[in-house]
Amino acid sequence: MSAPIVKVSNLTVSFLGGPSPICAVNGVDLELEAGETYALLGESGSGKSVTLRALMRLNPEKKTRVEGSILVGGQDVMALSRTELQAFRGKTLSMVFQEPALALDPVYTLGQQIAEAVAIHEGVSQAEGRKRALELFERVRIPSPERRLDAYPHEMSGGMRQRAMIALALACKPQVLLADEPTTALDATVQIQILLLLRELQRELGLAIIFVTHDIGVAVEVADRVAVMYAGRIVETGSVRDLIRNPSHPYTIGLLRSRADGALQKGARLETIPGSPPDLANLPPGCPFAPRCRFAIDACQTTTPEPVTIRDGQIVRCLRVGELEAV
Amino acid sequence: MSSALISPLDRGGPAQPLLTVRGLVKHFAVKGSVFGAKAVVRAVDGVDFEILKGETLGVVGESGCGKSTTARLLMHLIAPDAGTLIFDGEPVGTGGLAMREFRRQVQMVFQDSYASLNPRLTVEASIAFGPQVHGIATRAAIDRAHGLLDRVGLDPSRFASRYPHELSGGQRQRVNIARALALQPRLLILDEAVSALDKSVEAQVLNLLLDLKEEFGLTYLFISHDLNVVRFMSDRVAVMYLGKVAEIGPSETVFDKAAHPYSAALTRSMPSMDPDNRTEEAPIAGDPPNPINPPSGCRFHTRCTFAEAPCSATPPTLAAVGIGHKVSCLMHEPGSGHSKAAAS
Ligand SMILES: Nc1ncnc2c1ncn2[C@@H]1O[C@H](COP(=O)(O)OP(=O)(O)OP(=O)(O)O)[C@@H](O)[C@H]1O
Ligand SMILES: Nc1ncnc2c1ncn2[C@@H]1O[C@H](COP(=O)(O)OP(=O)(O)O)[C@@H](O)[C@H]1O
Ligand code: SF4
Ligand code: SF4
Ligand SMILES: [Mg+2]
Ligand SMILES: [Mg+2]
Repeated sequence: MSAPIVKVSNLTVSFLGGPSPICAVNGVDLELEAGETYALLGESGSGKSVTLRALMRLNPEKKTRVEGSILVGGQDVMALSRTELQAFRGKTLSMVFQEPALALDPVYTLGQQIAEAVAIHEGVSQAEGRKRALELFERVRIPSPERRLDAYPHEMSGGMRQRAMIALALACKPQVLLADEPTTALDATVQIQILLLLRELQRELGLAIIFVTHDIGVAVEVADRVAVMYAGRIVETGSVRDLIRNPSHPYTIGLLRSRADGALQKGARLETIPGSPPDLANLPPGCPFAPRCRFAIDACQTTTPEPVTIRDGQIVRCLRVGELEAV
Repeated sequence: MSSALISPLDRGGPAQPLLTVRGLVKHFAVKGSVFGAKAVVRAVDGVDFEILKGETLGVVGESGCGKSTTARLLMHLIAPDAGTLIFDGEPVGTGGLAMREFRRQVQMVFQDSYASLNPRLTVEASIAFGPQVHGIATRAAIDRAHGLLDRVGLDPSRFASRYPHELSGGQRQRVNIARALALQPRLLILDEAVSALDKSVEAQVLNLLLDLKEEFGLTYLFISHDLNVVRFMSDRVAVMYLGKVAEIGPSETVFDKAAHPYSAALTRSMPSMDPDNRTEEAPIAGDPPNPINPPSGCRFHTRCTFAEAPCSATPPTLAAVGIGHKVSCLMHEPGSGHSKAAAS
């Protein structure tokens, strides 16, 4: 097998400056092959965006302590100099955000922004950059692309802006695309169009994609593999199929069962996970899910679970994983 | 459908809809727009529906289709340009049910749990405020607040004297629900009330809403963009598109046998949840058009796969196609000229 395009080992990220550090990411391991789509699934505050930002070195450097190692396309991200980082962002690794309106520059047209990015990174002329911008707009299926290149971000609808944002992210032909909830702010009929577009781009350009979402349904539509995050750790990872059919961490099981879906009887109650996620400035010792876990035993309060491989490619962090499989 | 409790308040009898909405219209003037000085957003543009006693009526539709504006009109937070509301058989306002009484009987919970609470009031003071305004003695109002906190799963001894910033989003939304119930309303409008919550917390709040509905004999108008959640909660569902109702009917009918092409496309846009049966083609292309200049005729014709010449000329009317099932589409209108319509 070829070397992974992204390899993150034992990543920890904490934010200093408050009364006590906020431990947002607590030992994340992640490997991504070229051309693979990986979904990071988790609730608000579970550390998904902080993990993505660590890959791009976008967390505020002065206030943040980052440990572990991040290799992308063979480069050691933590060791990059300022200038190397400039070339790395956009060229090797690129990112799309939930709210394109905030990520795009409101005072330049989209054509200008893309042409500029291409011109800077590849040392080509603005005219050449604009030609590439037009190709990209066609690539992401923006109707009347020529005219839309001269539009300002606020003149576009939400779905078109997200397509333009994807075009901008692809401007310098990155190997890896990071997508942070790119469809969360969109309507259902537009969301599915963007998910299908990403799938198509992934296939045709051989992109590797890390896709952050809190919606299992969305993960199923785009991803090959899924990692479930809780309190800054990946508690379970596996192929989409294994995760949907044989969820094995109590948190994953709970998440799937608490989902409202059409098959439920009218008036039935949902299964719930009691309580709410832990305070990251004050993490309990042991398994962070223990206060909410109906399978917790005494050992869970004191021992941090290590990753256990339960079947090919499915890894779970739970002290009781062997016993629960039978349940 | 859950049984409506017969109370002295239940004036119109069980068959009388709790709320009838007729011809509701609200346009907003937009200043300095590219569309010229007199442009208006047709946020709600002739909406009719009924909310039956004891039911949950779900409302779905893409952002900007007028769901929240409808809710705010029902709450009288904004004044309609046209339209009437009939609450349990009585017209609301002049000559009918007094506005003050209507306002007590209809309460609302919003998406943003934080903005809805006064940051300087403790949880118990927030909940007791409404009853106090309506003449209930402070002590009794506080007692009611504690009872409700207990009921929404927040131990009063721990939570009553906290401030909003000391609560999680799920806890704040429970406080908002308690506050809405403090005036003992009959109709609760929930506008994206669980949308900001984490999935694991959302399930807790949905269960709570189901329990409270049974216990207090409530009726819900449940607005959400999450189709799974709407389907789970609702007896009937209204689908809105650009300020109008496209289809309304029993939840199963609308989700499984939609008669309007937009409802069908909307439900088919839901992620499949089956890795071996992923969605291969988007049910509709493009974004919803701007409500400032909505398309002529049927507003959906610019995105509809069944659109024919009459669709861009003739606006369809919302009419019955089955028991309790209404659709606004020329294919279902005899004599409309659409090739799929009966000849009339
Ligand atoms: N710059 C920062 N300073 C301090 N704390 C931060 C900073 N950025 C993030 N955090 C904290 O780190 C934790 C993880 O945040 P993160 O943004 O990764 O969550 P997420 O999983 O992306 O959630 P969401 O689904 O809400 O986007 C949160 O508790 C957040 O408040
Ligand atoms: N106060 C206002 N002024 C101008 N336009 C408004 C106002 N309130 C809502 N609108 C517009 O009315 C339309 C319907 O909005 P809304 O009812 O909030 O939609 P929904 O809740 O279905 O997303 C949108 O185009 C929105 O921008
Ligand atoms: S380690 Fe213990 S507390 Fe944690 S998920 Fe497993 S059983 Fe539950
Ligand atoms: S009236 Fe015409 S355009 Fe409108 S939904 Fe029916 S078929 Fe489609
Ligand atoms: Mg995030
Ligand atoms: Mg709204």
